[in-house]
Amino acid sequence: MQKITQKMLIDKAVSLLDNGTVTKVLGWMEGQFKYDVSPFVFKSKEALEKGFVFNHFCGANVSKYLVKETKKDEGKILVFLKPCDTYSFSQLVTENRIKKENVYVVGIPCDGMMDISKVKEISGDGIIDIEFKDDKINVKTLYDGDKEINANDALLERCSNCKSKKCVYYDELMGENGEVSDSNRFDEVEKLEKMSEEERFNFWQNELSRCIRCNACRDVCPACTCEKCVFDNPKSGVENKAIADSFEEKMFHIIRAFHVAGRCTDCGECSRVCPQNIPLHLLNRKFIKDINSFYGDYQAGEEIGNRAPLVDYTLDDIEPNEGVMKGDEEDA
Amino acid sequence: MRKCELTSLDKVFEKISSLSSLYLPVHQKNGAEFKKWEKGVKMSDALNTNRSAKDFFFPQAENLMEFKTEGKNIEVIDTRKENEDFVLFGVKACDVKSFEILDRVFLVDPVDTFYKARREKGVIISLACNRPSETCFCSSFGIDASNPEGDISSWMDDTNIYFKANTEKGEKLLSSLSDVTKECDDSSADNQKQKIKEILNKLPLKDLDLSEFGKDKTEKFFDAPQWKELSDTCLGCGTCTFVCPTCQCYDIKDFKTNDGVIRFRCWDSCMYSDFTKMAHGNSRLTQLERFRQRFMHKLVYYPTNNDGLFSCVGCGRCLSKCPISMNIVKVMKALGGKQDARQ
Repeated sequence: MQKITQKMLIDKAVSLLDNGTVTKVLGWMEGQFKYDVSPFVFKSKEALEKGFVFNHFCGANVSKYLVKETKKDEGKILVFLKPCDTYSFSQLVTENRIKKENVYVVGIPCDGMMDISKVKEISGDGIIDIEFKDDKINVKTLYDGDKEINANDALLERCSNCKSKKCVYYDELMGENGEVSDSNRFDEVEKLEKMSEEERFNFWQNELSRCIRCNACRDVCPACTCEKCVFDNPKSGVENKAIADSFEEKMFHIIRAFHVAGRCTDCGECSRVCPQNIPLHLLNRKFIKDINSFYGDYQAGEEIGNRAPLVDYTLDDIEPNEGVMKGDEEDA
Repeated sequence: MRKCELTSLDKVFEKISSLSSLYLPVHQKNGAEFKKWEKGVKMSDALNTNRSAKDFFFPQAENLMEFKTEGKNIEVIDTRKENEDFVLFGVKACDVKSFEILDRVFLVDPVDTFYKARREKGVIISLACNRPSETCFCSSFGIDASNPEGDISSWMDDTNIYFKANTEKGEKLLSSLSDVTKECDDSSADNQKQKIKEILNKLPLKDLDLSEFGKDKTEKFFDAPQWKELSDTCLGCGTCTFVCPTCQCYDIKDFKTNDGVIRFRCWDSCMYSDFTKMAHGNSRLTQLERFRQRFMHKLVYYPTNNDGLFSCVGCGRCLSKCPISMNIVKVMKALGGKQDARQ
């Protein structure tokens, strides 16, 4: 498979800027340590050549920024989307949150993005430089010398359980398109389902009690695009900036999981950004798994315009009580 | 100076915890956090805790008072309880400095009595940083990670831990540890300090330039064009403010109960859309203004009101926790004019 390099992406962006197809480019900006790249909107060739970066740490899903960017009267924006980002993109288009006519999507293949905390578990702290070579990185550290790490050994959780290497939407594709993967992403959910109610409650109590209500999971989530979140609105009666009691954080996360059910593409950004390492994606995956088992396999964002089972009535739909019984059987 | 072999460190912990509650960094699923020491609990060797030590003096949420209503009468109830004596062990130089920054907010007139009560009950045992991270930049703020402040400072080498008392509180605690520690000279601790200094000199952010910032620089930076680019992809979450050891903004709210009100306060974040919302609405309507507020506060407003002292300690938590890796170092580099955000 043809390897997509940073240079190829910069050249592509420069040529699309030059020929007037787009006026700005959404991508990733170089950081201070190679791994700390930031999403960024580039507006010139000079800016691209100076700071555009594409490496193993470009995990950030930039599709949500298009909600804001395509509302601006600034011409078309070029965006480079990894396969999983394209699912978020088409879901957002389906929900009329992105003006598709203001975007030029270049789909790029992806072999999985790395998690710097997993890298540090292998390399140790004090990273002074990282060199990139295809599917490996060479990490130079202050304390433990150089370490060569296979990208596959330190992938983000969502990438080690990659659901698809297929770009489901693009105006142009670089390299070859991949396939929907045979992923094990529901394994952890099954483990939770097998627990007794008490064990499961304790599991979530332990995980969610670490929540600091920073809202990073919500703010990064491509399915959370309400203009004003109910949890930010003092008039809603449920707005809260801090945990009032141990039930509070459960309320927040469970309500959020219900709200994105059927729309969550399982992009995994919630877990990637959580400063407390709470495996929030497991809540969403439980909903996805249940929807699959109640209504047949459904992948949010697979195709623009798809109607999610929860908003698409058919005569064969499972009755609510059957759903509860089926759920109980599976839990047993 | 007194010392104790690392193999006997548990005896020190046991002694301290017989006198008061002892909290120290303990390895958790999500990294190190301060936890209460009990027999069998091992101290984490992580460089620093996920959450800062400010939680002990300025918790994320606390009740301030209660109001009970009966007919037309309102009773105001002081719900404060006696605070426990506690010892914080293994606080790093950056977090120790953060207490001074918080003190200047909470202990000036009008004194925050909730904060003061906890501050008076706490004894700080700091620990020099043997393995600072690439994200550390405390030295830019004049903090010496090889020589941390606190009631007692400590240094660890491969075999021993060394203690030096700096305050009356520290002297008192250290003297109570006389049967689990031994008198020693300064040479081994000095040796360790030297080793740490050499490492600090190799850190990638050691030359961060602060000369452009500080007191009375509001006009210079307030309308800087860089704010737009820097804040453009900020998600507006509160991660940076909540992991920050010096962020001290809070909101006071009323929680209605059946027969009254519980008044509580909780951390607030200038990154949030309803921060400082008043009757007329919000004073900062865009994320650019909210983003600018945070960094101007750290680098300009706070120093203006506090004899030039910056309200960042370079702990690096925001560097490693920001979902989009935007942080105060990138802001300083971009605004300082010597390098832009891309480097």
